[in-house]
Amino acid sequence: MITKTYQLETITCPTCVKKIETAVKKMDGVKGVDVLFNASKVKVNYDDSLGDGKDIRKTIERLGFGILGEK
Amino acid sequence: MLRDKKGRRVLLAGFLILIGLLTLKLDYSFSIISNFSLSISDIFMLAATFVAGYPIAVSAFNAIRYKIFGIDALVTLAVIGAIYIREFWEAAAVTFLFMLGNYLEARALEKTRSAIRALLELAPDAARVIRDGLEIEISPDEVIKGEIVIVKPGEKIPVDGIVTEGNAYVNQASITGESMPVSKEDGAGVFSGTILESGYLKVKAERVGDDTTFARILEMVEEAQDKKAKTQKFLEVFAQYYTPGIVVLAVIVYILTKNLPLTLTLLVIACPGALVIATPVSVVAGIGNGARNGILIKGGEIIEKIGTVRVIAFDKTGTLTEGKPKVTNVKNYGIETRELLQITASAEMFSEHPLAKAIIDRAKADEDVELIEPDESEIITGQGLKARLADQVYIIGNKKILAEHGLDISPDIEEYINSEEAIGQTAVIVADYKEKRIIGVISIADTIRPDAPKLINKLRVAGVKRIVMLTGDNERAAKAIAEKIGLDGYYAELLPAGKVRILEELQAEYGAVAMVGDGVNDAPALASADLGIAIGGAGTDVAMETADLVLMSAEIIKLSYAIGLSRATVINIKQNIYFAVSVVILLLMGVLAKLVFLSSGMLIHILSVLAVIVNAMRLIGYKEK
Repeated sequence: MITKTYQLETITCPTCVKKIETAVKKMDGVKGVDVLFNASKVKVNYDDSLGDGKDIRKTIERLGFGILGEK
Repeated sequence: MLRDKKGRRVLLAGFLILIGLLTLKLDYSFSIISNFSLSISDIFMLAATFVAGYPIAVSAFNAIRYKIFGIDALVTLAVIGAIYIREFWEAAAVTFLFMLGNYLEARALEKTRSAIRALLELAPDAARVIRDGLEIEISPDEVIKGEIVIVKPGEKIPVDGIVTEGNAYVNQASITGESMPVSKEDGAGVFSGTILESGYLKVKAERVGDDTTFARILEMVEEAQDKKAKTQKFLEVFAQYYTPGIVVLAVIVYILTKNLPLTLTLLVIACPGALVIATPVSVVAGIGNGARNGILIKGGEIIEKIGTVRVIAFDKTGTLTEGKPKVTNVKNYGIETRELLQITASAEMFSEHPLAKAIIDRAKADEDVELIEPDESEIITGQGLKARLADQVYIIGNKKILAEHGLDISPDIEEYINSEEAIGQTAVIVADYKEKRIIGVISIADTIRPDAPKLINKLRVAGVKRIVMLTGDNERAAKAIAEKIGLDGYYAELLPAGKVRILEELQAEYGAVAMVGDGVNDAPALASADLGIAIGGAGTDVAMETADLVLMSAEIIKLSYAIGLSRATVINIKQNIYFAVSVVILLLMGVLAKLVFLSSGMLIHILSVLAVIVNAMRLIGYKEK
């Protein structure tokens, strides 16, 4: 089980939170998603099948949110 | 605004709309196919719609691929509909306003989050250490525990540690919220993220990187700002039903009336943005304000709770009092005060007892007396000590030790001792054994924090019904302090489990109870109260973890600030919600009454969101009256 935190550009709309949550949660291998509105962060728990989480990044970026960093 | 892509796009769309409006009067139109013609104005409006609407449509499309139907999809649908019914101005205005609104919201939100961001920026970025005899600069995370770090004026201390050399004034505002510099010298503890204002320090690293107090505070603040308040959870559920509800309404309206403009307008207002954002913006601004003042509030729910507290229970030692016994009175009989202190302090020199420490501190500080090493000293547990000093023998301690050595206490001295004890003082009796005579009585007490009585007054004004003290200390000492501060009651001689039991009783009788302690030995009580408040939290992990509200410094008066701030935040949230609900209702009525159309609906929507954010911003500047 891997936990990663992505720092996004400022999230402005609460509906964005729902969007990211729903989209990332639907990915195979993702166990849990927590989108922090005020901190503009996404915390993801996922298993080894997603490797370094490249696909998670892609999903978030494809929804139109820039990723500033990950930890 | 010109600096980023989004801003440029908004500006371009606005410019195109302007040309579109200016060319409205031109009568020339292009016929593209026989039944379809566009005026010059229409072309500019369409161009504006495309410029502003493109990112909205892309984002809507991307979301739909994940089967998510968001506000951007609703807007896109409404705009396509508007173009279909040839309302080009409306299409342009809706897309432009939506983009402009997003842009301004982002800016305004940044402001509400600025206090916390400013805190993040206080993190140290470099550390100077000595390795292989050379002074090198590394990242603070790379410092090894036990290594010596050098800090110069203007620099941030990069680790938590102990000063081993030098002295300096350090501004600890990032931790305690107190900007008055504190003097640090050999043996003092320093915190990462604090700023050395003048002087020079060598610090032995004890905690580095993510383990430092500062890093942990940051982490907790970051987590706290997104812990949802109850109102927020409720409103999110409401929004979850409201949006699809309005969409269904739009469909019904269309089927019944075939009125496409009305249907499209409903789509535009289907997302109650101001309502959803009402709580989190106020919470983040309130928590940010607290963090900057050395107050850590762990989330929106805590803010809501603070206002409902009816009873506050304080721990005594270290919370209402300084936690360090001090000499409060010296009574001498046939001997100079200076000499009495010199004898007593010298005799107590090797004792680890807190009372001995208090006497030695007093002797060193006030009288500048020189201590003489005793020739012999014998500690009698629970009584005091017997010491031989310059060919004299002294008996120092309580009444018991005097009785054991066959020393009498004269009635007037006895009376004095009793009166001191009645006001919560511990009396240390000093006697000359050879002459069988009492030479002095030194009164020692844990001193009340100077700001404690003021705090109690403020709490009463704030509407707290009952203020009590829980302590493990004896009845007499507890009574004396409770009376001096003006508490409603006290519970003495309690074990930790007893404190928990009393809290439960208070809860049953009065309602929500807050427990205030230093977190060292009252963690169970902090956890079992409705609201656990720890003071002097900087550096004590247990307190920071267990408590719901942490005052970083030992300044207990900050509790009043924390309560005021929380109440202001709750009021702010309520204002936002009342406002947002009114807007939602009025907007819906306006649309159904056909007073509000696409672009005006969007305008009202955006203005309401901005109004809510601007209202929350006021909390950043909150100050106690």
